[in-house]
Amino acid sequence: MNYFQSLMEQNKKLFIPFITAGDPDAEATIALALSLQNAGASAIELGIPYSDPLADGPVIQRASGRALKQGMNIVKAMELVPKMRENGVEIPVILFTYYNPVLQLGEENFFALMRENNVDGLLIPDLPFEENQRIRTRCKAENLYFISMVAPTSSSRLKKIAEASEGFLYCVSSLGVTGERKEFDQNVFNFIKEVKAVSPIPVAVGFGISSGEQARKMNEAGDGVVVGSSIIRQVEELHDQLISKADRDEALQKIEAFARSFVQTV
Amino acid sequence: MYPDIKGRYGDFGGKFVPETLMEPLEELENAYRDAAADPAFGEEYVRLLKEYSGRPTALTFAENLTKSIGGASIYLKREDLNHTGAHKINNAIGQALLAKRMGKNQLIAETGAGQHGVAAATVAAKFGMKCKVFMGAEDVERQQLNVFRMELLGAEVVPVHSGSKTLKDATNEAIRYWVQHCEDHFYMIGSVVGPHPYPMIVRDFQKVIGEESKKQFAERTGGLPDKVIACVGGGSNAIGMFHPFLNDEVELIGVEAAGKGIDTPLHAATITKGTNGVIHGSLTYLIQDEFGQIIEPYSISAGLDYPGVGPEHAHLADTGRVQYISATDQEALDALHRTAKEEGLLAAIESAHALAKAFIIAETMSPEQSILVCLSGRGDKDVHTLMKALKGEVDQDELLSISNGAK
Repeated sequence: MNYFQSLMEQNKKLFIPFITAGDPDAEATIALALSLQNAGASAIELGIPYSDPLADGPVIQRASGRALKQGMNIVKAMELVPKMRENGVEIPVILFTYYNPVLQLGEENFFALMRENNVDGLLIPDLPFEENQRIRTRCKAENLYFISMVAPTSSSRLKKIAEASEGFLYCVSSLGVTGERKEFDQNVFNFIKEVKAVSPIPVAVGFGISSGEQARKMNEAGDGVVVGSSIIRQVEELHDQLISKADRDEALQKIEAFARSFVQTV
Repeated sequence: MYPDIKGRYGDFGGKFVPETLMEPLEELENAYRDAAADPAFGEEYVRLLKEYSGRPTALTFAENLTKSIGGASIYLKREDLNHTGAHKINNAIGQALLAKRMGKNQLIAETGAGQHGVAAATVAAKFGMKCKVFMGAEDVERQQLNVFRMELLGAEVVPVHSGSKTLKDATNEAIRYWVQHCEDHFYMIGSVVGPHPYPMIVRDFQKVIGEESKKQFAERTGGLPDKVIACVGGGSNAIGMFHPFLNDEVELIGVEAAGKGIDTPLHAATITKGTNGVIHGSLTYLIQDEFGQIIEPYSISAGLDYPGVGPEHAHLADTGRVQYISATDQEALDALHRTAKEEGLLAAIESAHALAKAFIIAETMSPEQSILVCLSGRGDKDVHTLMKALKGEVDQDELLSISNGAK
């Protein structure tokens, strides 16, 4: 049984927060991971900053920009993981990266770094089913979670993607890119049910979930949520405090309290 | 014949997009294959090219240049004579017809210099469609005339403030918008780039350039040109020109923008200097850093400063079928002047890159030989840039900011 399934057995809903490596800086990223764990996160999605994040909305684009300015890159981002461990982070860390940085490292090098730094899994939003077979197979062989995504337009592709996913299945809530949404189309619940029906593993809903109330609704249909932009917005608003040694703890507490609102049990 | 079933040209091409777009891309491919097999669709396309755009465009023997250079005969394929002033309209008409066939009457387009944006806005007006054109905020500033033209035609121009605020970012934003509206919007890509099936569709709509050239050349000379030259940014005029010649004994040469020189950071010579990477949904040559961050390219020509290149060009470069070289800003400007003065033709700065190399190559050839150059567009849109360059006013601050932006 995979880790995410075991959480389901314990009647916990998945809460998977997303943070961008290096936003606002490397130290703060490590501290944020621990705060999110303290808040009850099931895993951390660690975003690799990218110059051209096609699947992301403005909030995460800006986070990428800030992190790149800090000199963050895919190698340094993976090296943050052992530092998170030293700092007490025990939950899985899933790397969220566009395909191009992986391609540049080269697959051998990339997987060597994943192993070396004990990264637990991988999500590549622009590497769809038809293009990801080699990496998917490799992840399976190396006991890494390869998280697949399904979208409301996936229809005929749903089943094959669900069956190939590992860990949890990332269900994209609606058309569009990442970013907070005020409201969701009611069809989303039918869609989540449809995904649940074909998925052998837990289904976490992402894109746009920005309040505990929204998370609760999504959790009625699915097994958990992925929350990115609304946490990143907090990071953005608390930027100056997070990069200041004196004020960091206070900012972390605020984010921890905010994150706690997404944590739910059945 | 390329692309293969996965949309690959050798190692290049494919569909590297968010899952949400996979089904819309498949729907597009099916609609296109269905349309391509329908004679009525082809007839409508050809009729519009003829009656609306003004095809066939002329094949012009550049007599004065040929004499003054003293080598091969130089012929120009006059895509500048198309409606809206560039080859971009060929593809815009084709894709608008396809959109109509798919029952979609809202177009999304991206544009750099504005030529594709103007073409998209034009066909949208013609077909009674809505059109939203994404354009980098920097380009909106630099190309105000084309922004005005698009707005006159009824299109909405959306300035893009993310990233480096140029074509690369306008394309990202157009794709992001499409992800959100893919169910009822048609995304009209302007070059042979993007995820499969776009590079194939755009190539097919641009093949008319090479097909016409071949026929006109045979009528005029009884044979084929020895060499064919075209400029390459994304590469749509070049692939359209080259494709019908791929199986002939004709030397094909693509000219990229070397900007301030390929040994400086200020260039857009993607095939010459790039490495394998993914941009806008396609695997191709790409200008990027060692960690895969895309570097903003530079060229005096807003139509050539794209960090990627069409995947089919990447493949043609790898197999050696097409040779890719580059011309600097200065070489292009010199060729533009020379063509204006000697032939009375004001070429687009994009096309002037091809002319620059054609003149050098023609000089090494014998008078019995011939060289065909694609004059992809006219230079009216560039007069502002030309005035600045002539007065030595190329903005050093602008260059510096581009250079610094190259992370």
